[in-house]
Amino acid sequence: MTTKFIGKRVKRNEDPRLLTGQAQFVDDVEIPGMLHAAFLRSDYAHARLLSIDVSEARKRAGVVAVFTAEDMGDDWQPGPPLVSPPPTVKDVIFHSRRQVPLVKDKVRHAGEAIAVVIAESRYIAEDAVEDILVEFEPLEAVIDLEKGLEAGSPLVHDDLESNLAAHLFQKKGDYEAAREKADLVIARRIVVDRGAAAAMENRGIVTDWDKKSQHLTVWDTTQAPIPIRNGLVARLGLSEHKVRVIAPFIGGGFGPKMMMFYPEEMLIPWVSMKLNRPIKWIEDRRENFYATTQERGQIHDVEIALSKDGHILGLKDIFLHDTGAYDPYGLTTPLNTQCHVMGPYDIKNFTSEVSVVFTNKTLVTPVRGAGRPQGIYIIERLLDIAARELGIDLIAIRKRNLIPPDAFPYEHEIIDQAFAPLVLDSGNYWPVMEKALEMVGYDQFIEYEQPRLRAEGKYVGIGVIPFLESTGVGPYEGARVTVEASGKINVATGIGTQGQGHFTSFAQIVAEQLGVAVCDVRIVTGDTAEFHWGTGTFASRGAVVAGNAIHASASIVRQKVLKLASKILKTPEEELELEDGLVRVIDIPHKSISLGELALLANPLRGAVQPGTEPGLEATAYFGPQYGATAFGTHAMILEIDPETMMLEIKRYITVEDCGTVLNPLILEGQIHGGVSMGIGNAYYEKLHFDENGQLLNASFADYLIPSATELPRIEVGHVETQSPLNELGAKGVGEAGTLPVPALFAQAIENALNNRDLEILETPLSPNRLYELLRPNEEKSR
Amino acid sequence: MKPAPFKYYAPTTVEEALTHLAEHGYDAKVLAGGQSLIPMMNFRLVQPSVLVDLNNISELSFINPDENGGLRVGAMARHHQVEVDPLVAIQAPLLHETMPKIATAQIRSRGTFGGSLSHADPSAELVSVNVALDGRFRLRSQNGERWVPAHEFFIGLFTTVLQPDELLVEVALPAMPVRSGWSLMEVARRPHDFALVGVAAVVTLDENRLCQQARMVFLSAGDVPMVAHRAAELLKGQAPTRESIRAAAEIAASEDIDPGGDIHATAEFRCHLANVLARRSLEQAFERAAGNE
Repeated sequence: MTTKFIGKRVKRNEDPRLLTGQAQFVDDVEIPGMLHAAFLRSDYAHARLLSIDVSEARKRAGVVAVFTAEDMGDDWQPGPPLVSPPPTVKDVIFHSRRQVPLVKDKVRHAGEAIAVVIAESRYIAEDAVEDILVEFEPLEAVIDLEKGLEAGSPLVHDDLESNLAAHLFQKKGDYEAAREKADLVIARRIVVDRGAAAAMENRGIVTDWDKKSQHLTVWDTTQAPIPIRNGLVARLGLSEHKVRVIAPFIGGGFGPKMMMFYPEEMLIPWVSMKLNRPIKWIEDRRENFYATTQERGQIHDVEIALSKDGHILGLKDIFLHDTGAYDPYGLTTPLNTQCHVMGPYDIKNFTSEVSVVFTNKTLVTPVRGAGRPQGIYIIERLLDIAARELGIDLIAIRKRNLIPPDAFPYEHEIIDQAFAPLVLDSGNYWPVMEKALEMVGYDQFIEYEQPRLRAEGKYVGIGVIPFLESTGVGPYEGARVTVEASGKINVATGIGTQGQGHFTSFAQIVAEQLGVAVCDVRIVTGDTAEFHWGTGTFASRGAVVAGNAIHASASIVRQKVLKLASKILKTPEEELELEDGLVRVIDIPHKSISLGELALLANPLRGAVQPGTEPGLEATAYFGPQYGATAFGTHAMILEIDPETMMLEIKRYITVEDCGTVLNPLILEGQIHGGVSMGIGNAYYEKLHFDENGQLLNASFADYLIPSATELPRIEVGHVETQSPLNELGAKGVGEAGTLPVPALFAQAIENALNNRDLEILETPLSPNRLYELLRPNEEKSR
Repeated sequence: MKPAPFKYYAPTTVEEALTHLAEHGYDAKVLAGGQSLIPMMNFRLVQPSVLVDLNNISELSFINPDENGGLRVGAMARHHQVEVDPLVAIQAPLLHETMPKIATAQIRSRGTFGGSLSHADPSAELVSVNVALDGRFRLRSQNGERWVPAHEFFIGLFTTVLQPDELLVEVALPAMPVRSGWSLMEVARRPHDFALVGVAAVVTLDENRLCQQARMVFLSAGDVPMVAHRAAELLKGQAPTRESIRAAAEIAASEDIDPGGDIHATAEFRCHLANVLARRSLEQAFERAAGNE
């Protein structure tokens, strides 16, 4: 299809505002009479709460109120269950334990909120937090996943028999039979540790309760304002049109801002209504490390069965998944792991069993990648080991096992986060991998470059990792498209925006239909007063689901425009075109009418209309895909490692993405760059260090290392387009894709660089210190 | 992350600052560039009841030559100022080479020479470099002044000989002898992070090209800047060969330092890195010394 706007490198409509500091973020909201909140948070990870004395805090000048769980009375309720386990999986065990607004009886992770102080300023509020006296009975903490499941372990939730939060078994084919026939079986334990999402903007909330109109306005750094509105309505007993939730510009979502119903999200609106005052709470970075959800902790005992020519006969994965102190988000993350541990490979026999474990650590919910990077890491590590043992080239073993292009739609069979067996809608994997190999110069590197550099004493390695990503899941999103009398277009959709470029990519979709300039399409996201049906921005679904809803609405408006213009210009619709904000007669350019004039005519102020006429040039439409679209790609990297200090430098970084129709390459590349940088963090820098008492040892950016401009390579992005048959735009999601293969890529490239040193990497994140530890036994052996 | 309440003074002269320090003693903290103190206050790790802000005292921002070919650096000279000073580039090449390795450009635009030294973080480059360069520190109080050699100034983790009423006002760096070479090497996770281990080396050759003096001072290798005395003894009078350098590096890493372990590096890895860096920095320093005849 030839397009005028879709697929073009259009500069972002929102950037002038963002770059000049004119965009509104939650902390920019100032309301006369506004008070500030600060939380007393537990230093202990696991402790019984014996008593709280807030009397001194209440006496401090400038303090307006202090609330504990007790003070909330019957309004103290755990958060709502957000995602239930899939009812379609047989014999699933799931114990739902949800986060609480303030700790009542027992602290379950360090940083859990115990009391909130409301004061004239944040300074005073923080001073008063130090006035509160709490008596704890410290309890042994559950930190290690395996120990947590042992009999006699302390319990995170005393009413359960063990710390098992959930258990889920899935299979396809017959792994045991496949194993019997195998020439090679490789069994390994692979460990993935925790990191933080570390968005640039922390969480925040401002609430304004207008008692006279009984109306509550909430500005919230949420990725999903509509579910938050619905939840507040239910908790506070207000009607839906009396609660407005606004998610303004947000400095990064990455999953933890999804639709959590964090304690603060439940509490601050409640306090605002109690005190009849506007309240602001802005999470600080230290709070963010303790109180904002995290991800990735899993331990896999995994086994792969292969024939001697490198065909995968079967895969068996038994793993533990750390859910932290509560599990409001259900099984989304481990389900994603189960759906991605087979990678882009055609594996007929598969068994997967996950035990989800409660621990005395911060809650786990999806973080960009959401269980998928773990799956990709595991299968790719196993293939690297298999290739070595079978003496097969790393690329050849992968090519041999890729799902072939004629197998799509491919019945993956494993039940995914949408509760139905995953179907891979479309794909053509090898051309993407081949393009990455070409871009990185694989053959040249292996044959000439690497030996030449090694002779110079340089340790340079290469990695190439293909992957797939389920994206664009339902249930649905909607949008309303309106032609205004000015001729400009207004679009409202329910999802929030956290930097994805929605104000431009969505505008391009509308411009394509209505023939207006991209800058003349104004997009409103994440304001329940503007559009109040939908779920949110997550799971790489914004462009696919909301994008197609916008496309559908714009298409209907186009029909309305053509119908009205046809009548006025006395020309058949098929002889009209929409260009430059006008409807024109093809070949008679001066015979035209502007969209603005049409909008005025569509909304007559006097006179009569035909019965049944709808006013305006406006339409609302929804899009809900039958199932998600599956994107894929390949990353390749060349790195150099100093074999003495273990410091490494990325020399080349290549990604080739296939996410179907590209709406805006500029925005796509930005998404990929961000994803890769997060992946590099996951692979080599970002690890949350909890000690045996559940204390987080690196709760600041001084010690929690996120890659910065000095660590990030120039990223070369290539595109291939295999359109999704599931939606009119042919789009697939890409928001998370950049993160997925990076840890596997690092492991492969490091092993390749140090291929003289018998290194086998079975964990992520890595660090220089960890590499040194892994290599030392080898050095001693060789002495 | 808001600091606890404090009283704030912004004197415009050293005299005035010393008066405040004399009055408030241990309750007062001196605010220079604030690159360590302000985060610590925001974390409420320190809660001084009085802050004496030196930023309005212009008399401490100098970088001057002295009569013996050395250098005088005022305590409030910003890192960036030292980094781009042409005099520093000529007379104190080790210092010149060190400056861009300190933290980030943003921090260097605000952080100060004297602030970094007074804070006495054993991971700070300037702390070890000043010891390596044989710097001398001028401390003033209302009762007078004294000069303290850099290697006697740092007495423990974040601890110096400064009395609560004393202020570090100036650093004197002697001219480097002929046939001297230098090196600063460090390993940091990211270039702007505190180094896992680092070393500042200054070596001098005699007329016969034998090692007259070799001083290595390690950072992030103990509670204070760690001077490699045994390695220095080993090298003295020796030709700087591959073997003698290797032996000195081994000794330095195994006997002269005492690093701790943390989440970024175990003590063992730090010793390993110290060995590697000692070897590489001595090689570079001796090479430069040979070229500086």
